[in-house]
Amino acid sequence: MMRFIPVREAILGSVTLILIILVASRFAGFVAPSNLANVFNDTAPLIILALGQMVVILTRCIDLSVAANLALTGMAAAMINVAMPGLPIPVIIAIAVLMGGIMGAINGVLVWKLSIPPIVVTLGTMTIFRGIIFLISDGKWVNSHEMSAAFTGFPRAVLLGLPVLSWVAIMTVIVFGIVMSRTQFGRSIFAVGGNPHAAVYTGINVGKTQFWAFVVSGALAGLTGYLWVARYAVAYVDIAGGFELEVVAACVIGGISIAGGIGSVGGAVLGAIFLGVVKNALPVVNISPFWQLAISGSAILIAVAFNARSGRTKGRIILKSAEATQ
Amino acid sequence: MTDTTTTRYIPDRLNSRAVRILKSWEALLLALAIAIFVVNSFASPYFLNAWNLSDATFNFTEKAMIAFAMALLIISGEIDLSVASIIALASTAMGLAMQHGAGTSELVMIGLTVGLLCGAFNGVFVTILGLPSIVVTIGTMSLFRGISYIILGDGSFSGYPSSFSWFGQGYIYWVFTVEMLLFVMIAAIYVVLLHKTNFGRAIYAIGNNPTGALFSGIRVQRVKFILFLLTGLMSGVAAVCLTSRLGSTRPSIATGMELEVVTMVVLGGVNILGGSGTIPGVVIAAFVMGLVTFGLGLLNVPGIVMSIFIGLLLIGVIALPRLWAMAAARRKA
Repeated sequence: MMRFIPVREAILGSVTLILIILVASRFAGFVAPSNLANVFNDTAPLIILALGQMVVILTRCIDLSVAANLALTGMAAAMINVAMPGLPIPVIIAIAVLMGGIMGAINGVLVWKLSIPPIVVTLGTMTIFRGIIFLISDGKWVNSHEMSAAFTGFPRAVLLGLPVLSWVAIMTVIVFGIVMSRTQFGRSIFAVGGNPHAAVYTGINVGKTQFWAFVVSGALAGLTGYLWVARYAVAYVDIAGGFELEVVAACVIGGISIAGGIGSVGGAVLGAIFLGVVKNALPVVNISPFWQLAISGSAILIAVAFNARSGRTKGRIILKSAEATQ
Repeated sequence: MTDTTTTRYIPDRLNSRAVRILKSWEALLLALAIAIFVVNSFASPYFLNAWNLSDATFNFTEKAMIAFAMALLIISGEIDLSVASIIALASTAMGLAMQHGAGTSELVMIGLTVGLLCGAFNGVFVTILGLPSIVVTIGTMSLFRGISYIILGDGSFSGYPSSFSWFGQGYIYWVFTVEMLLFVMIAAIYVVLLHKTNFGRAIYAIGNNPTGALFSGIRVQRVKFILFLLTGLMSGVAAVCLTSRLGSTRPSIATGMELEVVTMVVLGGVNILGGSGTIPGVVIAAFVMGLVTFGLGLLNVPGIVMSIFIGLLLIGVIALPRLWAMAAARRKA
């Protein structure tokens, strides 16, 4: 199985590279280091969320509530900042991560203890979280002039040539790279998704692992919530509306199998970067941004059709041919 | 005896408790619907008014049309999250045709055809390429609405012929709308299709055990393909009704409706994992959701807060019976 993963990543990486070269042939400024850094910074929230989503999808679940979670924690962080402008940023980040984690834990408990299908749970919590934003904010916006300078400045502060937002994404990638390959938790995530029954016999608690996957995804959504609101310096009910689909798309494009157990950190990151490059390249080559939605939809379909060929087991193939000869 | 053992791992064996819960699910829902009706009529003096109640049916008729087909699809073990985007694309196609001078009958034909084509598109990916329906329809959800955005951008189509407004705004008799008639007719067709035909039995068989169904001579992929076609067609019907009722098309039309349709189906007692569920259950669920949103609307609750209730309803209706069963099992042990 390990043989396929690098191949898939190499193909996705080359497709992204070809895309960048094509854009650069029409508009050389696109490959200027400062612009590429901008594209990466723009994609950073997607990378962070895609890694959380990857963990959830690997355990055979899906988290559609990430964007709503992000919006709710973002709004809460903004409102806390307005109410207590003196509160240091690390405390706000800790609150955001904790809040996001708790919301993820709610998803996780429902999946673990009540065995409700994850798609139902997170479709439900998605609307509930969005509704709660309206309740706590009364439908009002929190604008930049109400936020403190430290609050909005943190993700934009430049460190070694890159904004903090980019560094957070890079750190997340490194941490996940280690956790997924070098820790018991990371390996049990793969085990649970690869074969839940076998995982039970090796002493892994499947439900509990799925619970923690949701907590991780939620905590990352909470972290991104603060970063998002601080970066764009505005919080309202509909921020990041529909972003959960982009996150799932990044994972699917990155070769994370929706059936669980197959995928890699590199794949999820490349999937996110691919979508980020497409998004930033469209205006450069004079294509209306309204094409973005259709392009990411097509990318999902192509990626999933492409990935499915290598993921099919022999038993399935026998059945398929039996069916074809009917 | 089997109740206390881990029946989770033998899904093809139903114990008597599960059968009993399933049997009483529709009754429970009906009681809930009546309770909501009574509470609402006390909560607002405007509730018990024939014209208001008639208006309230628009809250669910279009969604319910899709929900019937979706119920069949979910019973067979698949799902279609692209239904709201099919509405957007079908509505956009009707708008384009209208600008080129299409009359009412052509508009309806185009709406239904686009719906069918979208359903066929999903069906090809799921049944011929063998891809998981949840990913495929998340993809087409972006693709179909994306095409609407490419065509319309931030613009809109309006100025549909006045005879076209009959579908969404017309009345058959007194307070009974055209959409209500469609709703009743489609519900009847689906009751017969699911509960009285071989095709319906095949859907249950596939949902419970696709491999077993295949070896008992059911053309599993063909049945699933037809179900995707039906879901697309019903989305086309809903697109005609919604476009006719609103009198305009925007690419953001029916955003998030797939969630409400799935909620309606699950609330109606259809097992989200496939294999069980009934059309009468979905019909009652449609009334429950219509009554809840209408009642909250009369109490001036904003739409986004209503969605909290819908979300809680979706999780609650699945969680409560499970909590109940767990408590009962614990009492026995």
